Amino acid sequence: MKLVTAVIKPHQLEEVKEALEAYGISGMTVSEASGYGRQRGHSEIYRGAEYTVDFVPKLRVEVLVEDMDSTSVVDVIVKAASTGRIGDGKVWVVPVEEVARVRTGERGVAAI
Amino acid sequence: MENAIDTGTTAWILMSASLVLLMTPGLALFYGGMARSKSVLNMMMMSYGALGVVGVIYVLWGWSMSYSSESILGIVGNPLTYFGLADTITDSAGNYIVSDGLPTIVDVGFQVTFAMITVALISGAIADRARFGTWLVFAGLWATFAYFPMAHMVWGGGLLSDEGPFGSIAAPIDFAGGTVVHINAGVAALVLALVIGARKGFGKIGMKPHNLPLVMTGAGLLWFGWFGFNAGSAYAADGVAGLAWVNTTTATAAAMLGWLLVERFRDGHATSLGAASGIVAGLVAITPAAGGVSPVGAIPLGLIAGALSALAVGLKYRFGYDDSLDVVGVHLVSGLWGTVALGFLATETGLFYGGDFSQLAVQILIALVALVFSGVVTLVIALLLKVTMGWRVDEDVEVAGIDQGVHAESAYDFTGGGRLAASGTTRESVPAPSTTTSEEARA
Repeated sequence: MKLVTAVIKPHQLEEVKEALEAYGISGMTVSEASGYGRQRGHSEIYRGAEYTVDFVPKLRVEVLVEDMDSTSVVDVIVKAASTGRIGDGKVWVVPVEEVARVRTGERGVAAI
Repeated sequence: MENAIDTGTTAWILMSASLVLLMTPGLALFYGGMARSKSVLNMMMMSYGALGVVGVIYVLWGWSMSYSSESILGIVGNPLTYFGLADTITDSAGNYIVSDGLPTIVDVGFQVTFAMITVALISGAIADRARFGTWLVFAGLWATFAYFPMAHMVWGGGLLSDEGPFGSIAAPIDFAGGTVVHINAGVAALVLALVIGARKGFGKIGMKPHNLPLVMTGAGLLWFGWFGFNAGSAYAADGVAGLAWVNTTTATAAAMLGWLLVERFRDGHATSLGAASGIVAGLVAITPAAGGVSPVGAIPLGLIAGALSALAVGLKYRFGYDDSLDVVGVHLVSGLWGTVALGFLATETGLFYGGDFSQLAVQILIALVALVFSGVVTLVIALLLKVTMGWRVDEDVEVAGIDQGVHAESAYDFTGGGRLAASGTTRESVPAPSTTTSEEARA
């Protein structure tokens, strides 16, 4: 099993969700995040005082998948999250040792 | 009874009092939005605290100190003359005391709201770091020793009124509180910021406003309430009230544009905070002048107020005083400008309307007296409280957020509820699981 984590632009969430649903992914966890990569931040001005805002709002999308799906899911997310502009985010995959469904106690792939 | 009640006037002043009262919660929103998310409640509570303290002391000695006919050296009214509003509400025959068609008790209601907002204005200078108890005591002392005397000197027939020493040069003009309210509060804000000291990290870390829609909402409520402040100060539902209403709107609109123009050319962007701030700067500047200038004259008055205040808010970084929400830049600067501008723009006596320099000279003089008086009184009160009660919250409270440290609340809940502490009654009202267990055991 793999955990696919994507950090995306907030307004791309719907596209990513629909693309993952279309692929057959049945659930995901979304959390608010902030950060920067090559995009860096931007500046804001309040009563003449300039502030550099380095941490840009992002969303972190996490999806648990079977091993064989991970590459395709990464492709699906990259395609859906892309706007072609700087700051589109990143997707990465890490191995998962164990998964349990809380309600039934199922373990492993059955719990995904 | 001196004369009959004018119901038109009375109705309008009751309405105006209600409008001015709304300004203080409006100010709480305006200031609260500019504070950081960890200190918005404390920021708003300082305004509400002013409502509480001043609302009580005004009927006890505030009215008497402001408007007693027994003046002490032209500086302050005798607090005992009308203490507790004695001889203020009804005469010996039980009739309501009326002056110029207005029951005096209605005037009390109108005036208390001015005292409340003036005290609340100062709080913007000391965001994030002041002990709430010290602030409440300050509110009472400052209203007593700075606001009531200023109101007496300007409006109560004291030193800065027509009957004072400057009256022989020209009648001083302060229609609704350029000196009493804005210079007074602006100087106090500067003194408090200096005595209390800067927030930890001031000038180094970002302290940007956490909620600009709150600021915009607050500015809107202030503009609305200010019609009571200015048009109500006509003390009649008449043409002067109408003139004050239009001047208030025109100057405020022009000031918003003035502030935005400065921002556009200096920073490259016209900001929403700039619009809200320009609105307040314009309202401040037109306050002394609302009944004394023409609507066309209100345009340059407002435009310059907005531009001046937009330039002045940067001074705190240059001089290193942490006037957190720019009470000095907005209220002191635009209050001074509005008071002095009357020397040029007053339609009866101003330089631009064929008058000589006497009005300008008098306006500068009353502004200076207000500056010095408020500065000295505030400094004494602030230092006294510094050595007795202490002004600053602990540093870790300031860093973690004054809302949690001082009020045991947080403004925004991002985590979903929390859990009631064990001492709560809820835990006792929930049937204890052991009951069921023991019943099952018996079965």
